[in-house]
Amino acid sequence: MKHCRHELVLAGAWLALAAGISLVNPAFLSLANLFDLLKAGVVTGILALAVLIVLVSGGIDISFTAIAAFAMYASCRVLVAAGSTDGAVAGMLLATAIGAGLGMVNALFIGALRLPTLIVTLGTAGLFRGCLLAFVGTGIINNLPAGLIRLSRWQLFRQTSAGGETIGLSAAVLALAAVAVGVAVLLQRTVTGRSIHALGGSAGAAERIGIRTVRLQCFIYTVVGALAGLAGILHAITMRNANPFDLVGAELTVIAAVVLGGADVFGGRGTVTGTLLGVFLLVTLNNSLILLGVPTYWQRVWIGAIILISVAVSARNRRAAASPREEAPAIGTPSQ
Amino acid sequence: MPWRPSATLRLLVLCILLATAMTLLNPGRFLTARNLASMGFQFPELGLFALAVSLSLITGGIDLSVVSTANLAGILAALVLTRMIPDTAGSGQVLGWVLAAGGLALIIGAGGGLVNGLLITRLGVTPILATLGTMQLYLGLALVITRGPAVSGCPELFLKLGAGTLLGIPVPLLVFAIAALGVAAVLGNTVFGLELHLIGTSEKAARFAGVPVDRAIVRTYVLSGLIASLAGLLMVARTNSAKADYGASYLLQAVLVAVLGGVDPRGGSGTVRGVVLALLSLQFVSSGFSLLRWNQFTKEAAWGGLLLLVITAPALLRLSSRRRPSTDSRG
Repeated sequence: MKHCRHELVLAGAWLALAAGISLVNPAFLSLANLFDLLKAGVVTGILALAVLIVLVSGGIDISFTAIAAFAMYASCRVLVAAGSTDGAVAGMLLATAIGAGLGMVNALFIGALRLPTLIVTLGTAGLFRGCLLAFVGTGIINNLPAGLIRLSRWQLFRQTSAGGETIGLSAAVLALAAVAVGVAVLLQRTVTGRSIHALGGSAGAAERIGIRTVRLQCFIYTVVGALAGLAGILHAITMRNANPFDLVGAELTVIAAVVLGGADVFGGRGTVTGTLLGVFLLVTLNNSLILLGVPTYWQRVWIGAIILISVAVSARNRRAAASPREEAPAIGTPSQ
Repeated sequence: MPWRPSATLRLLVLCILLATAMTLLNPGRFLTARNLASMGFQFPELGLFALAVSLSLITGGIDLSVVSTANLAGILAALVLTRMIPDTAGSGQVLGWVLAAGGLALIIGAGGGLVNGLLITRLGVTPILATLGTMQLYLGLALVITRGPAVSGCPELFLKLGAGTLLGIPVPLLVFAIAALGVAAVLGNTVFGLELHLIGTSEKAARFAGVPVDRAIVRTYVLSGLIASLAGLLMVARTNSAKADYGASYLLQAVLVAVLGGVDPRGGSGTVRGVVLALLSLQFVSSGFSLLRWNQFTKEAAWGGLLLLVITAPALLRLSSRRRPSTDSRG
C-alpha cells in the first residue's frame, strides 16, 4: 500500500515539475520535447530496471555500466570487422549475448562462490572495463553498420510540424516498454519473481523454504547482464557511434534513480512503475533546467537535493511505520 | 569473516610477491630511488580516500561523498590562495594565508561529514543513500562556485605540499603516513574505535549495550570528511588546479582498496595495516605496468582481477571444507 503512495507522490512530483516548467517555458509541453524526454530515458530506464531486479534480490551491482559499455563496443567492433551491411538484429542479439556472458561471470562469483555482491561487482567492473579498453579498443567507432543507423532513424508517430520540422518518437522507446513489461511480469507474476523478493527479504529464510538461491542468483545476474548489454547497444544506436568511454560513471546515478523510485537498497521491495517514474523524474530534471533558464551548473545541486529529500522522506515514513515496538531502524544493517 | 585472522599475512605475501615480480620484470628500473619516490607522490591521495571510506565501512555504512567533499574543500582553499593573497604579501603573510586556506578546507571537510552524519542519525537515512545524495550536492556546490573551469595559480609555498620533499621523503607520503597512523591509533587504542567496531558488528546490540551510537556515527563521518579534505588539499597542491569533478574514479578505487585490504563491507572489521598493504600492492601493479609500458587500462583490469582473486581464494577453501547455508548475500 505504501508503494502505491510512493508512486503517487512521484507522479505528483513529476506533474508539479512539469507544470512549473511549462509555466516558465511553454516549449516544455511541445510534442517534440516530450518525445525527446522519452528518448533520453530509454538507456537509463533499461539499466535502472536491471538494477531494480538486483536491489529487490538484496544485492547491489556496480558493474552493469561496464558490462553495457563492453557489450556495446565489442558487438559494434565485431559487426564492423565482419563487414556487416545490415546488423540491426545481429547487433542487438550479439550485445545482449555478450552482456549475458559477462553477467554469468558475476553469477559465478556471487551465486556459486557465495561472495558479497558489492565486492564482486566492484572487481568485475574494473576487470571488464580494463579488458575492454586494453584489449578491445579505445577509438570511437563512427561507421556503424547501416542496420543500426536505420534503427536510429526509425520513429513512431512521425509528423511534420508547421515549421517544416519532422518530429517523431524514437522507436527505442519500444525496447524500454518491452523490458518494463517483461521485468514487471517477472517480478510480480512468476514464481521466480516471488523467489527474488523472498531472497531479498531474507536470504536465510528463502533457503529454508526451499528456494535454490544459488541457481536464482545465477539467473538474476545473467539477466541483468543481458539487459545491460541491450541498453549498451541501444546507447550506440541513439548516439550513432560506439564510444567505449561512454556509460561507465553513470552507475551511481542509475542506482539513485531506482532508489528514488522507491526500491529498498536492503532488498525485498521495489516496483517497475516506481523505477520508471524515478528515472523520468531525474531525466526531466536533467533536460529541463535549460528550458527554465537555470544555468547548467545548478543541475547537480538540484539532483542532490531531490535525492536527499526523497530518501529522507521515505526514511521518516519507515520510521513511523516501524515504531513504537521497534527501536529506530538500524543503520547499515538489513532491516525489514 | 572466517578468513580474517590470516588476512594481513596473506596481503603481506601478495604485496611482496607483486614487488618481486615487478622488480624481476623491470630489472634495474623498479627498485630505484627515483621510482620509489615517484610512487610516494602517487598513492597518498588514493590512500587517504581509502582510509576515509574504511572508517565508514567499519561502522557498516559507506561514505560515497569523499571525492566530492575533497574537491569542494580543495576549490575553496584554492580560491583563497588565488584570489585573497595581495601581490605585495611577504613570505610570512603568504604562510598565514596558506594555513588559513588549509584550515578552511578542513572545516569544509568536517562540515560535509557532519551533514552526512546528521542525515544518517537524525533523519535515519541509509548511509549509502545519504552520501549518494550529498555526493551530488557537494559536486553541485563546487560547480556552482567555479562555474566549471579549474581554479589554478596557487603560491609556490602551498605547492610544496604536493610536490616537495622533506628529508628526501615526499611530503604527500608524510601526510598520508601521519593520517594512517592517526586512524590506526583511533581504531586500535580508543573507546571511539571500539564503538565503531561494535556498531558495525551489530548496531542494535551496541545500542542496547549503551554505546552512544548516534554520536559515534556522526564523529565517524566528520573524521571521514576531514581525511577527504586532506586528500583534496593534496590534489590541489600536486596539480596546481582545483576542479569540481576531478578524480571521480578515486571513489570506487578507494572502496576497492579498502575491501582488498580486508575491511568487511558489512561492517565490524578492518585494519589500517591491511588497507596500507592493499594500497601498496595496487601501486606496485600500476607502477610496474607503466614501467613495462603496458597499456594503462591493463592496470584497471589487473586491479579488478586482484580483488576477485583475493576474495575467491578463501571462499574456495571455505566451500571445500564445510558447506553451510549463507545467511547474507549482501555486499
